Amino acid sequence: MSGAEFVPLSLPPLVIGTCAAIACALPGNFLVLRRQALIGDAISHVVLPGIVVAFLLTGAISTWPMMLGASAASVVAVILIEAIRRLGRIEPGAAMGVVFTTMFAAGVLLLEQTDTSTVHLDVEHALYGNLESLIWLDAVGWTSLWDFEALAGLPPEVFRIGAALCGVSLFIAVFWRALKISTFDEGFARAVGIATAPLGIALVITAAIAAVAAFDAVGSIIVIAMFICPPAAARMMTNQLGHQVAWSVVFAAVSAILGYVLAGYGPLWLGLQDAVSAAGMIATLSGVILALCARFGPCRRRAGAPLGV
Amino acid sequence: MLFDALLLQLGYNATLVSIGAALLGGAAGITGTFLFLRKRALVSDAVSHATLPGVCLAFLLMVSFGGDGRNLTGLLLGSAVSAAAGLWCLNWLTQRTRLAEDAAIGAVLSVFFGFGVVLLTVIQTLGVGRQAGLEGFLLGSTAGMLFSDALVIAAGGTATLFVILLARRALTLVAFDPDFAQTQGLPVGRIDMLMMGLVMAVTVVGLKIVGLILIVALLIIPAVTARFWSERSEQVVALAGLFGAGAAYVGAALSASAPNLPTGPLIVLVSFAFFALSLVCAPQRGVLAAVVQRRRFQRRVHLRQGLLALAQNQPIYEALTLRLLRQAGLARADGVATDAGKARAAKALRDEKRWEFVRRDPANETAAALYDGLRAIETVLTADQIAEIDRQIGGPQEVLL
Repeated sequence: MSGAEFVPLSLPPLVIGTCAAIACALPGNFLVLRRQALIGDAISHVVLPGIVVAFLLTGAISTWPMMLGASAASVVAVILIEAIRRLGRIEPGAAMGVVFTTMFAAGVLLLEQTDTSTVHLDVEHALYGNLESLIWLDAVGWTSLWDFEALAGLPPEVFRIGAALCGVSLFIAVFWRALKISTFDEGFARAVGIATAPLGIALVITAAIAAVAAFDAVGSIIVIAMFICPPAAARMMTNQLGHQVAWSVVFAAVSAILGYVLAGYGPLWLGLQDAVSAAGMIATLSGVILALCARFGPCRRRAGAPLGV
Repeated sequence: MLFDALLLQLGYNATLVSIGAALLGGAAGITGTFLFLRKRALVSDAVSHATLPGVCLAFLLMVSFGGDGRNLTGLLLGSAVSAAAGLWCLNWLTQRTRLAEDAAIGAVLSVFFGFGVVLLTVIQTLGVGRQAGLEGFLLGSTAGMLFSDALVIAAGGTATLFVILLARRALTLVAFDPDFAQTQGLPVGRIDMLMMGLVMAVTVVGLKIVGLILIVALLIIPAVTARFWSERSEQVVALAGLFGAGAAYVGAALSASAPNLPTGPLIVLVSFAFFALSLVCAPQRGVLAAVVQRRRFQRRVHLRQGLLALAQNQPIYEALTLRLLRQAGLARADGVATDAGKARAAKALRDEKRWEFVRRDPANETAAALYDGLRAIETVLTADQIAEIDRQIGGPQEVLL
């Protein structure tokens, strides 16, 4: 395939998908280890009411209000979950279930009540995203990558998800030691003077930022899948946190790239006419990777579990 | 309009949906309670999302055999098969690998759902003429519900309820204390599987009405709501059924009463309204009750400390203590004890002395463990025991004022 076709049509979605996958997988490592994996699930559900309310307030589909709305909704959800858990003395899983389903239902209801026929805003879009439509019309070939005028025409999602990825990486790099200690031994972390509670909140907020930025480009399925599957698969490969994070990045990138290619070209190879959902395919592939690692990974068993179980 | 809807006066479809929803809500509430008590509420999220590929595959299969593809029974069967596959993956991941249950839930949920979306796009590209409306399973679509659909839902709901009725003891026992259930010879693994099977049945039946994303709410919210009102498991189960059925009925009626009100989300929001109300108002576990209890406890502590201060002739500076003493007629505004106050204060001091004696004596260990500085000694010891204590510590001495 020539650069003239590949660069404008496939390169931006590939880059965006990969960045989104990595941005979610990075905090996902810690969420999985802290048994907070479903925070990603909850956040990706409550993003919908956030953007609907933002749309109602501003009356237009513009990026920043929507990102703000989505972030605000995630914060509200986290606060509500915590409040219900404490006030009602309910286990966290159930509190989470109460909050995210209710907020999602409210989002759907608001969406149905408002006239969104003129804009591209619906539940399906929120779930699957529109990775395939993020094309770069100004590009004519590989040379466009060095052409500043053409670069200005890149889909804005590229820059947003790129910024989110940088932010997430920076957070994890800066707080690496603290995150590592507080994830594995919270009591010890407190004893050596790490503020574990604020750090935990910061981690959730980082995850929310990654989720919102990724959601904007690729929909919430990828967000949930990437929060959990690559880190979970990576966990089967190694007992070292550093290696685990590296593996998860590799897995996330592989599922994003391979998933996009399979979704775009796989059906053509099979003789079908149209491509299938790239977001769905990326999630599916991350699941395949997880299944392979869970079956053959060297560290797949619990420490101390008997062999041959 | 709403009133008409609640009385089933809004026509055939609305009536059908309301009754079907109420049945579903009841079954979901009851099933969900066991899941909630077992602390596995979010497993239902994985199960419900895992139904999507099954629905799509069933559709593709029925179309490829020349069928209609929209036959509800066929679609539900397909969804049950893929939900079971999802459940199997979930169990395998948690039991055979090091993954915790929450990560396994998330993995199953996202991967199955993602695969389902891939299949949905495949169906979309197969031909526009056979657009299946399968998206309706995401959020539920009650508009075109047929009588046969309602029958399927009613039959599924009733069967679920019947199974629960038969297995309720085992389910309750396993939900509360799986280890004990194991020692009693119950097959815990299989009962867990039965529980998940029931959750699956409710999910599958509910696909048409509330859709796979929101069915989780029907399983979780009524159970959590009911838990506020009772400490007895059978009451919680019954209440959850009532709350679920009520919310589903009211939600369905509301959605029929005006345009653009989708049924599934409304049912969820009504459930949440019940939940919020219970969170605030429930008699023992509610927020209001907790506030009242706290206030009452605070007053008791202040009153007691005030009395002891009066008895020992110490000045009282705490405004709340003084106010409480004054309101009870035990002290004057300037902090000087009234006659009643003097009597109560002397009694409080004496009780404190008696407690001191009780707590020093190892023979009274169980009684001493009940000492919290507030409990009246008469509620713990018999009159004889108190008389014996009094004999040993001597009679009351005059307090010099």
